[in-house]
Parts: sequence; structure tokens; C-alpha cells
Amino acid sequence: MGSGTSTQHHFAFQNAERAFKAAALIQRWYRRYMARLEMRRRCTWNIFQSIEYAGQQDQVKLHDFFSYLMDHFTPSSHNERDFLTRIFTEERFAQDSQMEKCSDYESIEVPDSYRGPHLSFPLLPDHATALVEAFRLKQQLHARYVLNLLYETKKHLVQLPNINRVSTCYSEEITVCGDLHGQLDDLIFIFYKNGLPSPERSYVFNGDFVDRGKDSVEILMILFAFMLVYPKEFHLNRGNHEDPMVNLRYGFTKEVMSKYKIHGKEILRTLKDVFCWLPLATLIDEKVLILHGGVSDITDLELLDKIERCKIVSIMRCKTRQKSENQMEEQRIANQKSSAQGPIPWFLPQSRSLPSSPLRLGPYKAHKSSRSSSIPSGGSLDGRELSQRVRSSVELELERCRQQAGLLVTEEKEEPSCSASETDSDTGELRKPTQEEWRQVVDILWSDPMAQEGCKANTIRGGGCYFGPDVTEQLLQKYKLQFLIRSHECKPEGYEFCHNRKVLTIFSASNYYEVGSNRGAYVKLGPALTPHIVQYQANKVTHTLTMRQRISRVEESALRALREKLFAHSSNLLIEFKKHDVDKVGLITLSDWAAVVESVLHLGLPWRMLRPQLVNSSAGNMLEYKSWLKNLAEEQLSRENIQSSLLETLYRNRSNLETIFRIIDSDHSGFISLDELRQTWKLFSSHMNIDVTDDCICDLARSIDFNKDGHIDINEFLEAFRLVEKTCPEGDASECPQATNAEDSGCSSPGAC
Amino acid sequence: MKMRAREIGTIIRSLGCCPSEGELHDLIAELEEEEPTGYIRFEKFLPVMTEILLERRYRPIPEDVLLRAFEVLDTAKRGFLTKDELIKYMTEEGEPFSQEEMEEMLSAAIDPESNSINYKDYISMMVIDEN
Repeated sequence: MGSGTSTQHHFAFQNAERAFKAAALIQRWYRRYMARLEMRRRCTWNIFQSIEYAGQQDQVKLHDFFSYLMDHFTPSSHNERDFLTRIFTEERFAQDSQMEKCSDYESIEVPDSYRGPHLSFPLLPDHATALVEAFRLKQQLHARYVLNLLYETKKHLVQLPNINRVSTCYSEEITVCGDLHGQLDDLIFIFYKNGLPSPERSYVFNGDFVDRGKDSVEILMILFAFMLVYPKEFHLNRGNHEDPMVNLRYGFTKEVMSKYKIHGKEILRTLKDVFCWLPLATLIDEKVLILHGGVSDITDLELLDKIERCKIVSIMRCKTRQKSENQMEEQRIANQKSSAQGPIPWFLPQSRSLPSSPLRLGPYKAHKSSRSSSIPSGGSLDGRELSQRVRSSVELELERCRQQAGLLVTEEKEEPSCSASETDSDTGELRKPTQEEWRQVVDILWSDPMAQEGCKANTIRGGGCYFGPDVTEQLLQKYKLQFLIRSHECKPEGYEFCHNRKVLTIFSASNYYEVGSNRGAYVKLGPALTPHIVQYQANKVTHTLTMRQRISRVEESALRALREKLFAHSSNLLIEFKKHDVDKVGLITLSDWAAVVESVLHLGLPWRMLRPQLVNSSAGNMLEYKSWLKNLAEEQLSRENIQSSLLETLYRNRSNLETIFRIIDSDHSGFISLDELRQTWKLFSSHMNIDVTDDCICDLARSIDFNKDGHIDINEFLEAFRLVEKTCPEGDASECPQATNAEDSGCSSPGAC
Repeated sequence: MKMRAREIGTIIRSLGCCPSEGELHDLIAELEEEEPTGYIRFEKFLPVMTEILLERRYRPIPEDVLLRAFEVLDTAKRGFLTKDELIKYMTEEGEPFSQEEMEEMLSAAIDPESNSINYKDYISMMVIDEN
């Protein structure tokens, strides 16, 4: 009533107002902070993805190179011819005909000292569960059981159709998981959280079980075991990484050989058969189609149902049948008479005709118009001196190949098998996939959805296509489907809807790029087939980190990778920088820096945003580019006797080098000869127009041969130059995660897309 | 070329501006088409954004002003806020946080042993991190 009260009120009101304003200020500041963090996260993500896809492009170029070699190279000497033959052929093991290739395991003894899990067939559910537990305890399955399991797996797979049809009326619920990429922790977590497979609990694993992670073998063992135990409820789709050529590059081959030093080769050989027999897709209730990559405007499910999927051993090397082959076929049959024993071309079995680069868009006129043809193709002949003399001897080479190939016809197989000899005894003719069949499969395994309408070639990956919402809609209508589930792409949240929620991407390898980079997810489909997503991050460390710390960590990793890439292109960058430095003062503008970097690296990254983290010092708006490049070089570890330029070349072609190594090392011994490396590298660099002189190559070879015995230990070489990618991030507490720490937000209406 | 309306906030903030939620909503309303589709065209965005930057609108908040804001909330002048106090202010006052925003802030700000936030240290940490 008195002035005192109103003053109090006034005071109180003022205080409240001040509190309100203070809170608003803090919130405003905080939101800005979070936005900037989000931007960093997205940049980091872009970096990882573009580097990953650039690597895939490299892979494609490498295979184009080998195709080119096959097509056009004329050995100019006896040595070279032998060398080429050696590269492209594989020693035949176990020549004894009584030893069925796949049942060799019976002769392998399991020593008493073996403490790992034992398997007996037919497998029981307990065996499969025991496997999971054993692997969780870091035990290793003995080679005998591995081979036995693979043998049984193949027997089972052979009976399955290309498209598995599954019904939800038997099991209440189906869980679909995406890429695992050798990350055992994630698989164990999924089983822990969602339950082990059972007649009531169906699972579909949508490909890419192997490569990159360090436990691909164990994942395969578990998946195959459950498939044998619950054949009606447990389903596997093939992914683009279930492919021996891809495995050479991305780590699975290496993992097998290092875990199974004696029987690794056999295991790899058997796996080649198993992979090509994996089904291509799964269809639930005729309504939900699950496949690894995606679809294209020409996807034809009826055709896919009918093809012999085992013909496509490797997408990268698959040769296809063409009409003009018929005459050559006849001639080849006539050549069968020659019976000299010798090495057999391991890539040729798929075709006896003109080898063609798998990525050249063939005469597929019906759909040519809807695709842009900017796929990198094998080396062009234009302006190559080689081509003239090569053209005349191509026929000669073909003849030789055909003669060698003719040997294969005489081999017999007791079971349907897609390796080596593919004779249909009735017609005496080899069956290979047609161009169309091959493309149908590539599209399924390699395509990615895009936001724009239409369908265009997937130039980033080098295979498959980008498909738009109209393509999806067309397919769903044509086959009366509700939606698609696919994987193939890493997503920050582990899943993403697109195309009006008609396409769901599900990715189950958490922390894929780096600890903290992304969540994994799986999707459950109930009787109404509504998707219910569960997310997780199978690493305890991430739970104790704040988002800020997680992003910082991932960001550091991405920037490191990026700086390495920049270093690898130092020479070209310098040339381009100089062009912008007209006055020759050693300075360029930061704008020019960004433009040059993009023009050399082609990563499509927001360089201006990244600049503060890549360029330490810049006087005002200008950069001293020479010292910047020098700093980059100093950051990379280098051996004193290797020049910077050589190191640069090594870095730039690291993955290719490693892949070449592994291809040359056809018997997986871990060693190649200096000579082989030098010759292959010479061919490769001239094909790729890499400017490396002969001297340089000799230096390279010499410095690699550490003990000067003329042979190179592959792993030693890669390790010494720190060219081996970390398979396990340091400080990774990869224990089995506890339920209480799990990040789980089951939500059926995610905000994505 | 177009972008989602709800991402405008992230874009503007990462360009150095610090608008309030209210200011942001006004801006989005101005930029959206007559029939809001949830998307904003780049051609429309660019001139508006340029103007904002040239005018230095929505200036970022200096460290000392931020500190004083916390001190206002810390009525007892202890040098810290308890977890509950922080939650109350951030979710009931000003332009309230969503639950997600609140949890995220708590994860980094709150010292689990004392269950409170020493705001001076917190600010220093965040500022260093930004640079």
C-alpha cells in the first residue's frame, strides 16, 4: 500500500526482467556456438566421404589399367611376356584331382593345444551362440572349422534363389542390419540389444560384412553359422564388398592372410565361391525390397531372378559376352586340343572373348540417353605409340589367351561351381553373364539415391548409378512395393530416409570413419511393416565424451587425412600456385589458394571454410605458398634417404601400390620381387601419365628392398612408410558395451530428410 | 539452388552472426516464399545475407558481457550456478532451450562432482575451443 510495496514490486520486476534478458543472452550465445560446431561436423563428414569415394575411383582406375594391359599390351621381350603371364595367372594348387577343393579341410588336424571354439556339423544353435561368445573373448576359430563352415555355407547358398522371399507371418518381427565392415563390436552389440537370431526373431544382413574393420573373418563366421542354423529366418544379401578384387584393396585379404598364415590362401579361394553365391536381394511380404546399393531405371526384378548370380565373381573384373564372340567361340573350341599343362589365367574364366573394361558403357542403346557417360574408362589409345604396333598383335595375344583358356574346358567339377571351368557339358559352350545381366547386378550393389529426378551414372564410385525419386517411384509401382531398404552409404545417424520416405538407408557400422564419427542403426519391421529404428554407438569412449570433444577428435582425424592428401599433390599444387603468382613474389591470395587446391584435388570441399585449419600463417590476405608446402612435407614422416618427391608419389598412390602388390603376389606369400614391382610400376605410371623417370623407379625399388635380397616384404614396406591405415584407432576401448551406456532412441518418425 | 529454412540458423551463425531465435524467425519469414515450402532460394538469401554482414547486424557477444549475464543469474554471487538453477533458467526464461539443447549443455558444463557450473571456467573453456 505504501510506496515501499510498489518499490519492492518494481525492484522484483526489474530483477525478473534482468534475469530474463540474461538468460536470453546466454541462450543466444550458446546456440551460435552449437551452430558452429555443427558446421565443423559437416565439413569433417564431407572430408571423410570425399576421400573415401576418391579412393574408390582410384580402385576403378587401377582395374581399368589391368584391363588395358590385357587388351593392348604387347610384351616386347620374352621376360616381359613371362612377367605378364605371371601377374595374370594364379598357380594352381592341389593339383591332385581326388582332393575336392572345398573338402580339403578334412585333412587339417586340430591340435590338442587349441583353445578356441569347436564346431561339428550339422550345426546347432548352441554352436552359433558359442561362436559369438568365443569371438567376444577374442578367440580365433581354427582354419579347419573355418573351411568346413564355408563348405557347408556354400552348399546352402547354392539352393537359394537370387531374390529371397520372406514372410512375416512366421516370425513376428524382422530386423534389418546394414554395413558392418568387419566391426565385430557392432554385431555383438546388435545381438545383445536386440536378441540373438531365433525362429521368432528374423534377421536380414544387407551386405558389406567385410573390409576396413579388423574382424571381418569373425563376422562372416557368425553370420554364416546362424544362417545354417536358422535357414528360414536368417538371410544375407551380397554387398559390393563381397568381392575378391575389392577385398584386395580394402583389407579383408590382408586380414585373412595375417590370421591364417598357413591356410589363408585356401580360405580366400573358398570365399570367392561363397561370395558369388550370396543372394542379391530379399523381399519381405512382397512389399519391402532389401538390397545393398540401390536401383536404376533399368532394374528388372524378373531378369534378376533368372540370372546365374554365381557368374559374377567380381564386379570389377567381370567380362561379358558379346554377339561377335560366336565366331571366336567356335575357334576356341577348335583350339581345345592343345593340352600343355600350365598356369591358368585367373581372370579369364569368365570370358573367352574380347575383354572389355567393365566400366565402358556398352551398346546399351535403350538407356544410353538417360545416363551421362562420364565414367572413367580404361586407357584410351589416342596418341599412344603403343597402339599401332599393338593393334596388329592383339589378335596374336588373344590367340595365346584362348589357347591357355582352352585348357580349362577339360577340367570337371562335381558340383555346380562358378570358378575355373564353366562348361555346360551339353553344349560345350561357356556361359557368362551378358552385358545386361552384369549391369543389373552392378546397379543393385553400387547405386546411390540422389535428390534430383532422373538416373545418371555414378561417376564418384565408378559403378552403378545415382537414382532419383522418380526412379524409385517407378520401381515401387511396377512391382507393387511399399518401400526400399538399402545400405552402402555411411550416415551420421546410422540411417536416413529419402525419396519421400520410400527409401531407407540403414548403416550398422558405428564410428566408421573415426571414433565418434557416426552412430550405427538397425531397423525392425513389425507385422504392418512400419519401420522402427534403433541407434547405437558401440564404443564406451564416445559416451564419456561431450559432443564438442567427439567432433574435435573426428575433425582432427579428417584434417590429418586431408593434409596428407595435400602433401601427396605438392608438385602439382606448386605448379598451379606459380601460375597465379604472376609477379613471382612467392605470394598468392587466399582466394587463389582455395581455387588451386580444388582444381588439383577435385574433392569438392569447402576450402575457404577449412582454410583456417589448413593454413597456419598468412600475412594479411596473402599466403607464402612455398613455405606452406614445405610445412606440409615436414609433417609427414619420411625416411632420410627418400626424397620428398618420391615420398609424395608413394603417398599419392599408396592404395594403388598396395593393391598392385597384392595382385602380383598371387600366391599370397607376402613377398614380391623387386623386378615385378618395378615393371608393374613402370607400366602403371606410364598408363596413368605419372611422370616418374626410370631412375626414380630404380631408386624407389632399391630403397624398398631393405635387406637387399631382391624381394620386398609387403607389410614391412607399408609399415615403414607409415602407409598402413590404422585399422583400430588408438585408445579405442573396444570392449563389449553395457546396456546402461547405450545410446538408444527408438523412434519411428525420424526427423531426417 | 535452395536450402532448408530450418538450416538458415546454422548458416547465419557460422558466418559470425549471433541472432536471437525471434530475430531468426523474422528473418526466415522474410526469406520464405509466399507459399512457405520449407525451402529458401539462394538467390533470395544472398542479398539479404550480404546486407546483414555489411551492417554487422546480430553482433556476437563479447566474453565479459556473457560473464555478467551469468552473474545476474547467480543472485547469491557464489561464482557458480547449481545444475537445477541452470536448468530452471535455461528452460523457463528467455527463449527456452529444448530438452535436447539442455542435455547437451549440461553434459559439457556441469561438473559431476559438485553438480554445478563454475561459469567463469566454462566460458573460458568454450572461448578457447572456438579458436
